[in-house]
Amino acid sequence: MLKIKNLHASVDGKEILKGINLEIKEGEVHAIMGPNGSGKSTLASVIAGKEEYEQTQGEIFLHDEEISEMEVDERAHKGVFLSFQYPVEIPGISVTNFMKTAINETRKAQGLEEMPAKDMLMKIREKSELLDMDRKFLSRSLNEGFSGGEKKRNEIFQMAMLEPKLAILDETDSGLDIDALKIVANGVNKLKNKDKSVLVITHYQRLLDYIVPDYVHVLLNGKIVKSGGKELALKLEEKGYDWIKEEAKTV
Amino acid sequence: MDLKEKLVSSFFAFEEQVDVNHSVHQIRTDALKEFEHLGFPSRKEEDWKYTSLNKVLKEDYSLFPKKDSSLEYNDIKKYLIHDLDTYRIVLIDGIYSSHLSSTTHDKIDVCLMSSALSKSKFKPLIDNYFNKINKKNSGINALNTAFSREGAFIHIPKNTMADKPIQVINFATGNESALMLQPRNLIIVEENSHVQIIERHQSLTENPVLTNSVTEIFAEKRAMVDYYKIQNDITSVSLIDNTFIEQQQESDCAVHTFSFGGKLTRNNLQFYQKGERINSTLKGITIIENDQHVDHNTLVHHIEPNCESHQDYKGIFDDKAVGVFNGKVLVEKEAQKTNAYQSNNNLLVSDKATINSKPQLEIFADDVKCSHGCTIGQLDEDALFYLKSRGIPEKEARALMMYAFANNVLESVKIPEIKKRINKLIANKLNVNLGFDL
Repeated sequence: MLKIKNLHASVDGKEILKGINLEIKEGEVHAIMGPNGSGKSTLASVIAGKEEYEQTQGEIFLHDEEISEMEVDERAHKGVFLSFQYPVEIPGISVTNFMKTAINETRKAQGLEEMPAKDMLMKIREKSELLDMDRKFLSRSLNEGFSGGEKKRNEIFQMAMLEPKLAILDETDSGLDIDALKIVANGVNKLKNKDKSVLVITHYQRLLDYIVPDYVHVLLNGKIVKSGGKELALKLEEKGYDWIKEEAKTV
Repeated sequence: MDLKEKLVSSFFAFEEQVDVNHSVHQIRTDALKEFEHLGFPSRKEEDWKYTSLNKVLKEDYSLFPKKDSSLEYNDIKKYLIHDLDTYRIVLIDGIYSSHLSSTTHDKIDVCLMSSALSKSKFKPLIDNYFNKINKKNSGINALNTAFSREGAFIHIPKNTMADKPIQVINFATGNESALMLQPRNLIIVEENSHVQIIERHQSLTENPVLTNSVTEIFAEKRAMVDYYKIQNDITSVSLIDNTFIEQQQESDCAVHTFSFGGKLTRNNLQFYQKGERINSTLKGITIIENDQHVDHNTLVHHIEPNCESHQDYKGIFDDKAVGVFNGKVLVEKEAQKTNAYQSNNNLLVSDKATINSKPQLEIFADDVKCSHGCTIGQLDEDALFYLKSRGIPEKEARALMMYAFANNVLESVKIPEIKKRINKLIANKLNVNLGFDL
């Protein structure tokens, strides 16, 4: 699904990612953990194609196709989805109209007809119920005045609507109370199947109790310094990152 | 001969066409003298610093077009809010078109200014209201007054709801190689009465047109006036719109101005609050490109206590388009507990577009709540990234954001058909299928 080779990226001339190698196969859930400033969110943005980040070296393959030169929307059409850590507020456009536009633009890019209005409504109803969202929510302006938790739920709602192949969840657990966290995790788990992959980026282990990863990677200072199974997340929760920093130094 | 000389010397010819014995004619004659003295405004005047009429005044305009222009309903249908049942006053090259209009004297009066000036039953209203709030010391307003004879006359008597909205539409056919029009509208809404009005100026050919329009609106006690100006003309025509509103206590007046096209558009919009607990609303959306120019010059004069005013103007400027917002809120010493809000937000979509924004607050009372804000910016890159990451291409993402930016001004539009029409005009202006029904 996703193969990243020796990825280097800078912002404003400062190198943030310093040689990332990562492979995620179909159906797998990977988690990237690491302290603040280690480059986690940068990695998510670079995969999604944010122009502000300059990819200086390396390659990103999605289904064996190099996507480094692709526009953000093209990557989305190929099945990349990024759940934002800080979703942007856009007054004047409703959640529903936003989703209609996004789905129909994606379908257009894939050579499909626009989705019939009735199907769209059914889908919106189904996915909003999955995430236990209030109807009123859907006619409100996108993210405007939403609480932190509502914003995150709205991100996962969009993911459920767009049905991406690769979902990158950037700090989706921040700002969620435990009930909301369960609902969001349930939404992600419902979407997951043998053809779809998830990359969870998180600071804390608690989300991983609900979205259980196959692999956990530790990102430190722009590099993956340690990889392991889900037990690695528990160890990090218990011991913090200092022991890994020490280990990385000696290596 | 320049335009000013031409206008002054044509006044004799004009006098042959009007009733010089009517009391209004003395007002016209005085106004002509005032125009002779003041002339057209120049950029030396503070209020005209960013808008020059020089180019517009260079054309050789016909002043009194011939009467041979005829249009059929199908020629004009698309310029009407045709899915709405309305009264209509249609002027073609300044001349009344009876078969395209739908007037009434049943309960309310929706008719022509020329008819109101000629009928004795309207004389008291004319004497009471005509030219009573039109701004003094303005050459262009005096000019309109001097040549005032045609336009809309709307009178809503006490305790009456106008049973349907009224459309006032001025067409220019291009039968003249260049044409100057000076419609004069008078709208009187008496105590406890209510009216909704839609005004539009539309040219049907590329020939230059200059319209210098004056509208006086009187809202008596507890009257409600809901006024919409649709300015979506072609790029060879210019409009100077002068609208004056005098409000009495507890009245509520709103003017929405949608400026989507024209060579040069200048909106002089002035509200005078002459009682307590008055509400005034001024809203505008401007979306222009190429070398179009739109200037909003507003004044809200708070004279009495406990009144409110709300101004919200948004502009999107592409290519070399120029926008001006000059909004003045004047709060007199007696106008305590005034609540005045003014906001002007602009998006510059191109490096060569210009906006001159000048909010002015002059406050002489000490217990008031007045705020104003003005922003000039570009589209937010983080928001664009967000939309694109959902599969919306750059061009559509930009259009969607511009649409969203302008769209919330429409929340206060009370007629759904107008809201829908303006939404469509915005989508067309932004040249994009928004992917959802408006």
